[in-house]
Amino acid sequence: MEQAKFEYLLRLADSSLIIGHRLSEWCGHGPVLEEDIALTNIALDFVGNATALYTYAAQVEGKGRTEDDLAYLRNEREYRNLLLTEQPNGDYAHTIARQFLYDVYTFFLYEELKNSKDETIAAIAAKSHKEITYHLRHTTGWIYRLGDGTAESHERLQNALNGLWPFTSDLFDMDGTDALLIKEGVAVDLNKIKEQWEKRVKEVITEATLQIPSTPFKQKGSRDGKHTEHLGFLLAEMQYVHRAYPGAKW
Amino acid sequence: MNSTLNQEQIFKLLSEIPDPEIPVINIIELGILREVKLENDLCTVVITPTYTGCPAMKVIEDDIKIKLKEIGIENVKVELVYTPAWTTDWISDTAKEKLRAYGIAPPDYSSIDKAVLLGKARDLKCPLCGSKNTEMISQFGSTACKALYRCLDCKEPFDYFKCL
Repeated sequence: MEQAKFEYLLRLADSSLIIGHRLSEWCGHGPVLEEDIALTNIALDFVGNATALYTYAAQVEGKGRTEDDLAYLRNEREYRNLLLTEQPNGDYAHTIARQFLYDVYTFFLYEELKNSKDETIAAIAAKSHKEITYHLRHTTGWIYRLGDGTAESHERLQNALNGLWPFTSDLFDMDGTDALLIKEGVAVDLNKIKEQWEKRVKEVITEATLQIPSTPFKQKGSRDGKHTEHLGFLLAEMQYVHRAYPGAKW
Repeated sequence: MNSTLNQEQIFKLLSEIPDPEIPVINIIELGILREVKLENDLCTVVITPTYTGCPAMKVIEDDIKIKLKEIGIENVKVELVYTPAWTTDWISDTAKEKLRAYGIAPPDYSSIDKAVLLGKARDLKCPLCGSKNTEMISQFGSTACKALYRCLDCKEPFDYFKCL
Protein backbone atom coordinates (compact mmCIF):
# COMPACT_ATOMS: atom_id res chain seq x y z
CA MET A 1 0.00 0.00 0.00
CA GLU A 2 2.75 2.50 0.94
CA GLN A 3 4.75 1.45 -2.13
CA ALA A 4 1.68 1.98 -4.34
CA LYS A 5 1.05 5.35 -2.75
CA PHE A 6 4.65 6.40 -3.35
CA GLU A 7 4.33 5.38 -7.00
CA TYR A 8 1.04 7.27 -7.34
CA LEU A 9 2.49 10.43 -5.80
CA LEU A 10 5.43 10.28 -8.19
CA ARG A 11 3.05 10.10 -11.15
CA LEU A 12 1.22 13.22 -10.02
CA ALA A 13 4.36 15.11 -9.01
CA ASP A 14 6.40 14.19 -12.10
CA SER A 15 3.68 15.40 -14.47
CA SER A 16 3.47 18.71 -12.61
CA LEU A 17 7.22 19.22 -12.53
CA ILE A 18 7.76 18.35 -16.20
CA ILE A 19 4.95 20.52 -17.55
CA GLY A 20 6.05 23.28 -15.17
CA HIS A 21 9.58 23.03 -16.55
CA ARG A 22 8.31 23.10 -20.14
CA LEU A 23 6.34 26.28 -19.42
CA SER A 24 9.33 27.86 -17.71
CA GLU A 25 11.23 27.48 -21.00
CA TRP A 26 9.01 30.29 -22.31
CA CYS A 27 10.43 32.70 -19.74
CA GLY A 28 11.79 35.65 -21.72
CA HIS A 29 10.49 34.17 -25.00
CA GLY A 30 6.72 34.71 -24.76
CA PRO A 31 4.94 36.14 -27.82
CA VAL A 32 3.79 39.15 -25.77
CA LEU A 33 4.79 40.31 -22.30
CA GLU A 34 1.47 39.34 -20.69
CA GLU A 35 1.76 35.78 -21.97
CA ASP A 36 5.37 35.53 -20.85
CA ILE A 37 4.22 36.48 -17.35
CA ALA A 38 1.17 34.22 -17.51
CA LEU A 39 3.11 31.10 -18.49
CA THR A 40 5.80 31.61 -15.87
CA ASN A 41 3.11 32.19 -13.22
CA ILE A 42 1.43 28.94 -14.24
CA ALA A 43 4.80 27.17 -14.28
CA LEU A 44 5.30 28.33 -10.69
CA ASP A 45 1.96 26.82 -9.64
CA PHE A 46 2.96 23.47 -11.12
CA VAL A 47 6.43 23.45 -9.58
CA GLY A 48 4.89 24.39 -6.22
CA ASN A 49 2.39 21.56 -6.55
CA ALA A 50 5.23 19.16 -7.45
CA THR A 51 7.27 20.27 -4.41
CA ALA A 52 4.37 19.57 -2.06
CA LEU A 53 3.76 16.14 -3.61
CA TYR A 54 7.47 15.18 -3.63
CA THR A 55 7.84 16.20 0.00
CA TYR A 56 4.96 13.92 0.90
CA ALA A 57 6.24 11.13 -1.41
CA ALA A 58 9.63 11.21 0.29
CA GLN A 59 7.89 10.96 3.66
CA VAL A 60 5.75 8.01 2.50
CA GLU A 61 8.82 6.25 1.09
CA GLY A 62 10.67 6.73 4.38
CA LYS A 63 14.16 6.19 3.00
CA GLY A 64 15.53 9.59 3.90
CA ARG A 65 15.27 11.05 0.40
CA THR A 66 14.17 14.67 0.01
CA GLU A 67 12.00 16.39 -2.60
CA ASP A 68 15.19 17.56 -4.33
CA ASP A 69 16.57 14.01 -4.53
CA LEU A 70 13.37 12.88 -6.19
CA ALA A 71 13.36 15.72 -8.70
CA TYR A 72 17.05 15.88 -9.56
CA LEU A 73 18.49 12.43 -9.04
CA ARG A 74 16.23 10.13 -11.03
CA ASN A 75 16.71 9.19 -14.69
CA GLU A 76 14.05 9.16 -17.39
CA ARG A 77 13.06 5.51 -16.93
CA GLU A 78 12.31 6.32 -13.28
CA TYR A 79 10.14 9.29 -14.22
CA ARG A 80 6.39 8.69 -14.29
CA ASN A 81 5.12 11.89 -15.91
CA LEU A 82 2.49 11.68 -18.63
CA LEU A 83 3.89 11.63 -22.17
CA LEU A 84 1.82 14.69 -23.04
CA THR A 85 3.62 16.84 -20.46
CA GLU A 86 7.10 16.25 -21.89
CA GLN A 87 6.24 17.16 -25.49
CA PRO A 88 8.29 20.15 -26.71
CA ASN A 89 6.82 23.65 -26.70
CA GLY A 90 6.87 24.07 -30.50
CA ASP A 91 5.06 27.21 -31.64
CA TYR A 92 2.61 29.00 -29.35
CA ALA A 93 -0.31 26.99 -30.72
CA HIS A 94 1.50 23.79 -29.69
CA THR A 95 2.08 25.02 -26.16
CA ILE A 96 -1.53 26.18 -25.83
CA ALA A 97 -2.93 22.93 -27.25
CA ARG A 98 -0.79 20.82 -24.90
CA GLN A 99 -1.69 22.99 -21.94
CA PHE A 100 -5.41 23.01 -22.73
CA LEU A 101 -5.61 19.20 -23.01
CA TYR A 102 -3.71 18.91 -19.75
CA ASP A 103 -5.62 21.66 -17.90
CA VAL A 104 -8.98 20.02 -18.63
CA TYR A 105 -7.49 16.77 -17.35
CA THR A 106 -6.09 18.21 -14.11
CA PHE A 107 -9.26 20.24 -13.55
CA PHE A 108 -11.36 17.07 -13.30
CA LEU A 109 -8.61 14.92 -11.76
CA TYR A 110 -7.88 17.31 -8.89
CA GLU A 111 -11.57 17.94 -8.33
CA GLU A 112 -11.88 14.20 -7.60
CA LEU A 113 -8.62 14.07 -5.63
CA LYS A 114 -10.09 16.57 -3.18
CA ASN A 115 -12.16 13.61 -1.94
CA SER A 116 -9.19 11.28 -1.54
CA LYS A 117 -9.17 9.38 1.75
CA ASP A 118 -5.53 10.34 2.09
CA GLU A 119 -5.74 13.67 3.92
CA THR A 120 -2.49 15.10 2.61
CA ILE A 121 -3.36 14.34 -1.01
CA ALA A 122 -6.83 15.82 -0.49
CA ALA A 123 -5.34 19.00 1.04
CA ILE A 124 -2.82 19.52 -1.75
CA ALA A 125 -5.54 18.84 -4.32
CA ALA A 126 -7.95 21.36 -2.77
CA LYS A 127 -5.23 24.00 -2.86
CA SER A 128 -4.11 23.25 -6.41
CA HIS A 129 -7.61 22.96 -7.83
CA LYS A 130 -8.23 26.65 -7.20
CA GLU A 131 -5.11 27.50 -9.21
CA ILE A 132 -5.95 25.04 -11.98
CA THR A 133 -9.28 26.82 -12.48
CA TYR A 134 -7.34 29.93 -13.50
CA HIS A 135 -5.07 27.88 -15.78
CA LEU A 136 -8.05 26.40 -17.57
CA ARG A 137 -9.63 29.80 -18.02
CA HIS A 138 -6.43 31.06 -19.61
CA THR A 139 -5.99 28.21 -22.10
CA THR A 140 -9.69 28.01 -22.97
CA GLY A 141 -9.57 31.68 -23.97
CA TRP A 142 -6.58 31.02 -26.23
CA ILE A 143 -8.18 27.98 -27.91
CA TYR A 144 -11.10 30.24 -28.93
CA ARG A 145 -8.84 33.05 -30.07
CA LEU A 146 -6.44 30.94 -32.11
CA GLY A 147 -9.01 28.46 -33.43
CA ASP A 148 -11.53 31.09 -34.42
CA GLY A 149 -8.84 33.66 -35.33
CA THR A 150 -7.03 33.90 -38.65
CA ALA A 151 -6.59 31.11 -41.21
CA GLU A 152 -2.96 30.86 -40.09
CA SER A 153 -3.71 30.57 -36.37
CA HIS A 154 -6.53 28.10 -37.07
CA GLU A 155 -4.27 25.87 -39.14
CA ARG A 156 -1.44 25.97 -36.61
CA LEU A 157 -3.69 25.05 -33.71
CA GLN A 158 -5.35 22.24 -35.66
CA ASN A 159 -1.90 20.86 -36.57
CA ALA A 160 -0.85 21.06 -32.92
CA LEU A 161 -3.96 19.17 -31.78
CA ASN A 162 -3.40 16.52 -34.47
CA GLY A 163 0.19 16.05 -33.37
CA LEU A 164 -0.56 15.81 -29.66
CA TRP A 165 -3.72 13.72 -29.86
CA PRO A 166 -1.99 10.28 -29.82
CA PHE A 167 -0.62 11.10 -26.34
CA THR A 168 -4.06 11.71 -24.84
CA SER A 169 -4.83 7.99 -24.39
CA ASP A 170 -1.88 7.87 -21.97
CA LEU A 171 -3.80 10.26 -19.67
CA PHE A 172 -6.33 7.56 -18.79
CA ASP A 173 -4.07 4.51 -18.68
CA MET A 174 -4.34 2.59 -15.40
CA ASP A 175 -2.55 -0.41 -13.86
CA GLY A 176 -2.40 -2.41 -10.62
CA THR A 177 -1.25 0.60 -8.62
CA ASP A 178 -4.40 2.51 -9.56
CA ALA A 179 -6.63 -0.52 -8.91
CA LEU A 180 -5.23 -0.99 -5.41
CA LEU A 181 -5.47 2.69 -4.46
CA ILE A 182 -8.94 3.15 -5.98
CA LYS A 183 -10.12 0.33 -3.73
CA GLU A 184 -8.64 2.16 -0.74
CA GLY A 185 -10.32 5.41 -1.78
CA VAL A 186 -6.97 7.16 -2.28
CA ALA A 187 -6.71 7.32 -6.08
CA VAL A 188 -9.13 8.51 -8.75
CA ASP A 189 -10.72 6.09 -11.19
CA LEU A 190 -9.63 7.68 -14.45
CA ASN A 191 -12.51 6.10 -16.36
CA LYS A 192 -14.73 8.38 -14.33
CA ILE A 193 -13.10 11.58 -15.50
CA LYS A 194 -12.49 10.40 -19.07
CA GLU A 195 -16.05 11.17 -20.13
CA GLN A 196 -15.95 14.63 -18.52
CA TRP A 197 -12.63 15.33 -20.23
CA GLU A 198 -13.90 14.23 -23.64
CA LYS A 199 -17.06 16.28 -23.28
CA ARG A 200 -15.32 19.50 -22.24
CA VAL A 201 -12.53 19.19 -24.83
CA LYS A 202 -15.06 18.55 -27.58
CA GLU A 203 -17.23 21.51 -26.55
CA VAL A 204 -14.35 23.99 -26.57
CA ILE A 205 -12.66 22.66 -29.71
CA THR A 206 -15.92 22.64 -31.66
CA GLU A 207 -16.82 26.13 -30.47
CA ALA A 208 -13.39 27.26 -31.66
CA THR A 209 -14.28 25.90 -35.16
CA LEU A 210 -11.66 23.15 -34.86
CA GLN A 211 -11.95 19.39 -35.38
CA ILE A 212 -11.33 16.59 -32.89
CA PRO A 213 -8.41 14.71 -34.52
CA SER A 214 -9.39 11.36 -36.01
CA THR A 215 -5.99 9.66 -35.78
CA PRO A 216 -6.27 6.04 -34.56
CA PHE A 217 -2.65 6.11 -33.35
CA LYS A 218 -2.20 5.80 -29.59
CA GLN A 219 0.95 6.16 -27.56
CA LYS A 220 1.16 4.99 -23.95
CA GLY A 221 3.95 4.10 -21.57
CA SER A 222 4.29 6.70 -18.82
CA ARG A 223 3.10 4.24 -16.16
CA ASP A 224 6.20 2.12 -16.81
CA GLY A 225 8.56 5.03 -17.38
CA LYS A 226 8.65 4.48 -21.15
CA HIS A 227 9.00 7.97 -22.53
CA THR A 228 9.38 9.77 -25.83
CA GLU A 229 12.91 10.86 -26.71
CA HIS A 230 12.22 14.41 -25.48
CA LEU A 231 12.31 13.69 -21.74
CA GLY A 232 16.00 12.76 -21.59
CA PHE A 233 17.02 16.12 -23.05
CA LEU A 234 14.71 17.98 -20.69
CA LEU A 235 16.12 16.19 -17.63
CA ALA A 236 19.70 16.71 -18.79
CA GLU A 237 19.11 20.45 -18.76
CA MET A 238 16.95 20.57 -15.62
CA GLN A 239 19.22 18.36 -13.50
CA TYR A 240 22.59 19.62 -14.74
CA VAL A 241 23.48 22.08 -11.97
CA HIS A 242 22.34 19.79 -9.16
CA ARG A 243 24.41 16.89 -10.53
CA ALA A 244 27.45 18.95 -11.49
CA TYR A 245 27.67 20.58 -8.05
CA PRO A 246 26.27 18.06 -5.56
CA GLY A 247 25.09 19.67 -2.35
CA ALA A 248 25.63 23.22 -3.63
CA LYS A 249 23.65 25.89 -1.79
CA TRP A 250 22.71 29.47 -2.64
CA MET B 1 14.59 29.33 25.86
CA ASN B 2 15.27 32.79 27.22
CA SER B 3 11.95 34.34 26.31
CA THR B 4 9.11 34.59 28.78
CA LEU B 5 6.45 35.37 26.20
CA ASN B 6 3.44 33.13 25.89
CA GLN B 7 1.83 31.86 22.68
CA GLU B 8 -0.49 34.85 22.20
CA GLN B 9 2.33 37.32 22.77
CA ILE B 10 4.55 35.56 20.22
CA PHE B 11 1.66 35.50 17.74
CA LYS B 12 1.24 39.22 18.24
CA LEU B 13 4.96 39.85 17.85
CA LEU B 14 4.96 38.03 14.51
CA SER B 15 2.34 40.48 13.23
CA GLU B 16 5.27 42.89 12.80
CA ILE B 17 6.45 40.79 9.85
CA PRO B 18 5.26 42.32 6.56
CA ASP B 19 4.46 40.32 3.45
CA PRO B 20 7.70 40.45 1.42
CA GLU B 21 5.92 41.36 -1.80
CA ILE B 22 3.17 43.62 -0.42
CA PRO B 23 4.89 45.26 2.57
CA VAL B 24 1.85 47.35 3.61
CA ILE B 25 0.13 44.33 5.10
CA ASN B 26 1.49 41.81 7.57
CA ILE B 27 1.35 38.03 7.56
CA ILE B 28 -1.56 37.92 10.02
CA GLU B 29 -3.72 40.33 8.02
CA LEU B 30 -3.00 38.28 4.92
CA GLY B 31 -4.04 35.06 6.68
CA ILE B 32 -0.67 33.34 6.17
CA LEU B 33 0.18 32.93 9.87
CA ARG B 34 -2.15 30.29 11.29
CA GLU B 35 -0.86 29.23 14.69
CA VAL B 36 1.93 29.39 17.24
CA LYS B 37 2.58 26.41 19.49
CA LEU B 38 4.94 26.25 22.44
CA GLU B 39 6.02 22.83 23.66
CA ASN B 40 8.91 22.51 26.10
CA ASP B 41 11.61 24.59 24.42
CA LEU B 42 10.30 24.16 20.86
CA CYS B 43 8.33 26.92 19.18
CA THR B 44 6.30 25.72 16.21
CA VAL B 45 4.93 28.33 13.83
CA VAL B 46 2.27 27.17 11.38
CA ILE B 47 1.93 29.02 8.08
CA THR B 48 -0.07 28.38 4.91
CA PRO B 49 0.84 29.49 1.38
CA THR B 50 -1.37 31.83 -0.63
CA TYR B 51 -0.37 30.02 -3.81
CA THR B 52 1.25 26.57 -3.79
CA GLY B 53 4.38 27.84 -5.50
CA CYS B 54 4.56 31.23 -3.79
CA PRO B 55 8.27 32.08 -3.62
CA ALA B 56 7.63 34.45 -0.69
CA MET B 57 7.05 31.52 1.68
CA LYS B 58 10.77 30.85 2.09
CA VAL B 59 11.39 34.54 2.86
CA ILE B 60 8.55 34.55 5.38
CA GLU B 61 9.98 31.44 7.03
CA ASP B 62 13.38 33.15 7.37
CA ASP B 63 11.77 36.36 8.67
CA ILE B 64 9.93 34.40 11.36
CA LYS B 65 13.17 32.73 12.49
CA ILE B 66 15.04 36.04 12.60
CA LYS B 67 12.23 37.72 14.54
CA LEU B 68 12.11 34.96 17.14
CA LYS B 69 15.89 34.87 17.44
CA GLU B 70 15.80 38.56 18.35
CA ILE B 71 13.85 37.70 21.50
CA GLY B 72 15.98 34.68 22.31
CA ILE B 73 13.90 31.88 20.81
CA GLU B 74 16.22 29.78 18.67
CA ASN B 75 14.56 26.37 18.63
CA VAL B 76 11.97 27.14 15.95
CA LYS B 77 10.12 24.91 13.52
CA VAL B 78 8.13 26.52 10.73
CA GLU B 79 5.43 24.17 9.51
CA LEU B 80 3.72 24.55 6.13
CA VAL B 81 0.10 23.39 6.00
CA TYR B 82 -2.22 23.17 2.99
CA THR B 83 -5.48 22.61 4.78
CA PRO B 84 -7.75 24.46 5.12
CA ALA B 85 -6.69 25.93 1.77
CA TRP B 86 -5.91 29.64 1.89
CA THR B 87 -8.58 31.92 0.54
CA THR B 88 -8.76 35.66 -0.12
CA ASP B 89 -11.80 35.64 2.20
CA TRP B 90 -9.29 35.62 5.07
CA ILE B 91 -7.95 39.06 4.19
CA SER B 92 -9.48 41.44 6.72
CA ASP B 93 -11.40 44.58 5.69
CA THR B 94 -8.71 46.80 7.22
CA ALA B 95 -6.09 44.99 5.18
CA LYS B 96 -8.21 45.37 2.05
CA GLU B 97 -8.31 49.11 2.62
CA LYS B 98 -4.52 49.14 3.04
CA LEU B 99 -4.18 47.30 -0.26
CA ARG B 100 -6.37 49.87 -1.99
CA ALA B 101 -4.38 52.76 -0.57
CA TYR B 102 -1.20 51.03 -1.77
CA GLY B 103 -2.59 50.92 -5.32
CA ILE B 104 -3.68 47.29 -5.45
CA ALA B 105 -7.38 46.65 -6.04
CA PRO B 106 -8.41 44.24 -3.25
CA PRO B 107 -10.38 41.03 -3.93
CA ASP B 108 -13.97 42.19 -4.10
CA TYR B 109 -16.06 39.06 -3.80
CA SER B 110 -16.11 35.76 -2.00
CA SER B 111 -13.73 32.96 -3.07
CA ILE B 112 -13.40 31.89 -6.60
CA ASP B 113 -15.95 33.20 -9.01
CA LYS B 114 -17.74 30.89 -11.41
CA ALA B 115 -17.18 33.49 -14.12
CA VAL B 116 -13.56 32.36 -14.09
CA LEU B 117 -14.57 29.25 -16.03
CA LEU B 118 -16.41 31.22 -18.65
CA GLY B 119 -13.49 33.56 -19.17
CA LYS B 120 -15.44 36.65 -18.12
CA ALA B 121 -13.69 39.41 -16.26
CA ARG B 122 -15.52 41.46 -13.64
CA ASP B 123 -15.88 45.21 -13.41
CA LEU B 124 -13.39 46.53 -10.93
CA LYS B 125 -12.93 49.88 -9.30
CA CYS B 126 -9.66 51.63 -10.11
CA PRO B 127 -7.74 52.00 -6.80
CA LEU B 128 -6.34 55.35 -7.97
CA CYS B 129 -9.32 57.33 -9.30
CA GLY B 130 -12.25 55.12 -8.27
CA SER B 131 -13.64 54.74 -11.79
CA LYS B 132 -15.36 51.48 -12.68
CA ASN B 133 -14.43 51.95 -16.30
CA THR B 134 -11.60 49.40 -16.17
CA GLU B 135 -10.51 46.36 -18.16
CA MET B 136 -8.39 43.30 -17.58
CA ILE B 137 -5.08 43.21 -19.43
CA SER B 138 -3.93 39.83 -18.16
CA GLN B 139 -5.22 37.24 -15.71
CA PHE B 140 -1.65 36.79 -14.52
CA GLY B 141 0.30 39.69 -13.04
CA SER B 142 3.50 40.63 -11.27
CA THR B 143 3.04 37.88 -8.64
CA ALA B 144 1.01 34.66 -8.56
CA CYS B 145 -1.74 36.28 -6.52
CA LYS B 146 -2.34 39.27 -8.79
CA ALA B 147 -3.94 40.04 -12.16
CA LEU B 148 -3.18 43.09 -14.28
CA TYR B 149 -5.87 45.68 -15.08
CA ARG B 150 -5.99 49.16 -16.52
CA CYS B 151 -8.25 52.11 -15.89
CA LEU B 152 -9.80 53.56 -19.05
CA ASP B 153 -10.43 56.93 -17.37
CA CYS B 154 -7.18 57.81 -15.59
CA LYS B 155 -5.26 55.52 -18.00
CA GLU B 156 -3.19 54.00 -15.21
CA PRO B 157 -2.48 50.26 -15.08
CA PHE B 158 -3.04 48.62 -11.69
CA ASP B 159 -2.71 45.28 -9.92
CA TYR B 160 -5.74 43.35 -8.75
CA PHE B 161 -5.47 40.88 -5.91
CA LYS B 162 -7.42 38.05 -7.52
CA CYS B 163 -9.86 35.92 -5.62
CA LEU B 164 -8.89 32.44 -4.64
